[in-house]
Amino acid sequence: MPAPSLPATFTRRRRAPGLGESVLRPDAPPKVRGEFAFSSDLYVDGMVWGKTLRSPHPHARILRIDITGALAMPGVHAVVTQDDVWGSRTYGLERHDQPVFADGVVRFHGEPIAAVAADHPELAARACAAIEVEYEVLEPLVDAEAAITAPPIHPDGNVFRHIRLRHGDPEATGDVVVEGTYQVGMQDQAFLGPESGLAVPSEDGGVELFVATQWLHVDRDQIAACLNLPREKVRLSLAGTGGAFGGREDVSMQIHACLLALVTRRPVKMVYSREESFFGHVHRHPATLWFRHHARRDGTLVAVESRMVFDGGAYTSSSTAVIANATCFAAGPYRVPNAKVDGYAVRTNNPPCGAMRGFGAVQTSFAAEAQMDKLAAALGMDPVELRLKNALRPHDQLLTGQVITGVAPVEECIRACRELPLPPAADPDADLMTLPGGAGRTALPHNVRRGVGFAVGFKNLAFSEGFDDYSSARVRLELGADGEPVATVHVATAEVGQGFVTLAQQIARAELGVSSVVLHPADTQVGSAGSTSASRQTMISGGAVQMACAGVREVVLERAALDLHLAPADMVLGDGELTTKDGERSVSLAAALRAGPVEAYREFHHAPTDPLDENGQGNAHWSLAFAAHRAVVDVDEELGLVRVVQVATAQDVGKALNPLAVTGQIEGGIAQGLGLAVMEEIVVADGRIRNPSFTDYLLPTPLDMPPVVQTWIEQPEPGAPYGAKGVGEPPTISSTGAIVAAIRAATGRPLDRVPVRPDDIALPAPTTAAS
Amino acid sequence: MSDPDGGRGVSDALHDPTTADSRGGQGYPRSDGDRDLPLETYVLSVNDRDLPVDDAWVGESLLYVLRERLGQPGSKNACEQGECGSCSVLMDGAVVASCCVLAADAVGSAITTVEGLTGEGELSDVQRAFIDQGAVQCGFCIPGMIVALTDLLDRSPAASELEMREAISGNLCRCTGYGRIFAAFRQVQQERADARA
Repeated sequence: MPAPSLPATFTRRRRAPGLGESVLRPDAPPKVRGEFAFSSDLYVDGMVWGKTLRSPHPHARILRIDITGALAMPGVHAVVTQDDVWGSRTYGLERHDQPVFADGVVRFHGEPIAAVAADHPELAARACAAIEVEYEVLEPLVDAEAAITAPPIHPDGNVFRHIRLRHGDPEATGDVVVEGTYQVGMQDQAFLGPESGLAVPSEDGGVELFVATQWLHVDRDQIAACLNLPREKVRLSLAGTGGAFGGREDVSMQIHACLLALVTRRPVKMVYSREESFFGHVHRHPATLWFRHHARRDGTLVAVESRMVFDGGAYTSSSTAVIANATCFAAGPYRVPNAKVDGYAVRTNNPPCGAMRGFGAVQTSFAAEAQMDKLAAALGMDPVELRLKNALRPHDQLLTGQVITGVAPVEECIRACRELPLPPAADPDADLMTLPGGAGRTALPHNVRRGVGFAVGFKNLAFSEGFDDYSSARVRLELGADGEPVATVHVATAEVGQGFVTLAQQIARAELGVSSVVLHPADTQVGSAGSTSASRQTMISGGAVQMACAGVREVVLERAALDLHLAPADMVLGDGELTTKDGERSVSLAAALRAGPVEAYREFHHAPTDPLDENGQGNAHWSLAFAAHRAVVDVDEELGLVRVVQVATAQDVGKALNPLAVTGQIEGGIAQGLGLAVMEEIVVADGRIRNPSFTDYLLPTPLDMPPVVQTWIEQPEPGAPYGAKGVGEPPTISSTGAIVAAIRAATGRPLDRVPVRPDDIALPAPTTAAS
Repeated sequence: MSDPDGGRGVSDALHDPTTADSRGGQGYPRSDGDRDLPLETYVLSVNDRDLPVDDAWVGESLLYVLRERLGQPGSKNACEQGECGSCSVLMDGAVVASCCVLAADAVGSAITTVEGLTGEGELSDVQRAFIDQGAVQCGFCIPGMIVALTDLLDRSPAASELEMREAISGNLCRCTGYGRIFAAFRQVQQERADARA
């Protein structure tokens, strides 16, 4: 089509807020009004309720399942078990080793046995109770260390992955040696929106699923395989997602709901209760980590040895990648020329574990940072100076032998964090509620001691080890009904609260010079965006949107240039107009779009990475992010109570594209780090979860959160769109270690386990107290 | 901070998922032999409107009836045992966890949900402040937070920061770490003080 004649215009438009400025969320108004549709809010006429029956035993053989009583209940439309799964009987993120329903054997407390569809949720619950299951209860394998050599509890064996990392001279030793064994408890993501969704059978024999998830396309692939449907007959749309933090990377109710929808030929809504949520998603791996650090007398690190065992629970989930992170980043963000690290992720009959914010780096950071403090004490050095002395710099090597090619402002983070203002000294007349113990008002001011702790952490951004990590975006630019240009951005990126919806609009506005940007709902009708995890979407989906916008811009520039008899390279696209580089002539964007819409589809792939070799060496990671944390705590040693008074942080963010969103990510991430430090643990005894509720699993409340003082190190990351780094995970990595270091400073207790419990402070075991 | 092992003493029955119901550990009576759901018809006063509830199981919570029968899903279902505050509504002017109120018991009470705080398409100063301050991430806790903070600011315009924290200490947020929510509170307090001056 020939380009129409484009009238020149010199109208200057008011610039919309661009990249690097704080922009308000487009979804905030409906969210504050209660009008935003979360996955548990969905409703359609004729829908029935799905409900899962789960095993009360962590390990058992299923001798008999009798569904006849449940099926006979009026208002019950279907009862399905593993016998009804006509496609692949197993699924999984990395390995398909998890059955849709327990397949003759139960491997964890709460494993799904059957699912019911009924007219009312109460009826569905009663139908579940009416299913008769006869179990032969087996001894659960609950000791992760023992699991390495124990008889396998799954045909695929008990060791998900053992990484044997050897770097430099693994036998190197130093003048000063410190050693310790550390433990991390099982943390829950505790996203507030429960697992939920609505599955609707479609006329072509397929199914449509509206669901809260982190990665629509891998959900789709797993559902399609288990239902033996071609992928195109399984259509997923993102429903409003009430947080995720890793806990929605694995399938929960997706396959069950779709199966019930196909069997009943009716829409099926499933909503987990909070209790079921604790059984229905993977958790952060509990871990035991042994470390030995070697240093010269001047504090230079010589070598790190470590052996760590991560309890992955019954099925693989993402354990193989979690243990890779744990192993690769074992020593923390320091130059360590020699290392010997053995990382194991193992299968037990404990609850399955997988992704949670920080993904393997959290556990090792807690242990490695405690080691750094121990080393500083042994050397008689200031712990912050010891960290500065060994801080990684660009062009240094990681434990994997990989040379850092991006920015690595570790020293800058440490120095900036150290300089942040400390809170005022404890006020003897303060409200008792501000003391340790809070609303219990049990601590007395004269018993309270203050401590300050420091920790530094890092991890990889986006996916590693040779994974082709990419996102896809389709951008369309056209004239809206009002005659003004409007851009539509279609990406499958799961918005789980992080704010990608805001960023996508910012990018489109900045790249296309338009103020009106519409986000197409995220679904599987466009290419995969990859997972909303690993702090990757700002970089990877942000990159895809940027590229697609650039593709659109090229066409628009060609049109304008053709009209003015110039080359596209002679023109630039500004706010609503296309201008010659000399600024002499311009045409409006609206005029250029009268010839019709312009659309571009692009994928952003990050630079390739390599698998780890047999010594755990290789260029396995693309980009890294760092943060330093300083915590101030007040402790009542007699009562074992802790009040976190302040957390300060300096974080390497590359470039903050939306400062308001970065601020919120850092505060929220630190809250989760605080939770792991002093509050949050899924208590598992003999394979059984003892506290699956918000009554018994304690989350930080508004009374627990201290002020967060933050500053950012902005050094653009080469190869990353706009130089930005993902910011979601670093706040959660070393905030935990800083808080525990502060409690150690206040009490002198070794505190080698998180969460720190009151009795760890008030009633330390004699052996640990003596060490 | 409280004892993270607080759950060790809780009875097995509550945590047996084979008997768990869709409302979590709410503990309402049920006999396994009872396959009928006794029904009731009643009228609820929600956001100044009388809304009929026909043939509803008497065991339904106010939260369930609001969300599933009356088309008011603004109140959220994060824990359904009164711990998280995401289902907060005003009942005769007092904040309650609507998951812990039987709907049939709310007959005769004036119920205000997040949907009823403003006219359609409008934003209250509290809602506006949440948007301005970046207090919204996933947003699941936000309706309950808005209800609780609206109530506090109306009752106690000069509430101290500590009083504010205590007032919303029953409202859990997993995304924000609360910092921007506190900032939203301060914004409203300042705006209202300026308006009075």
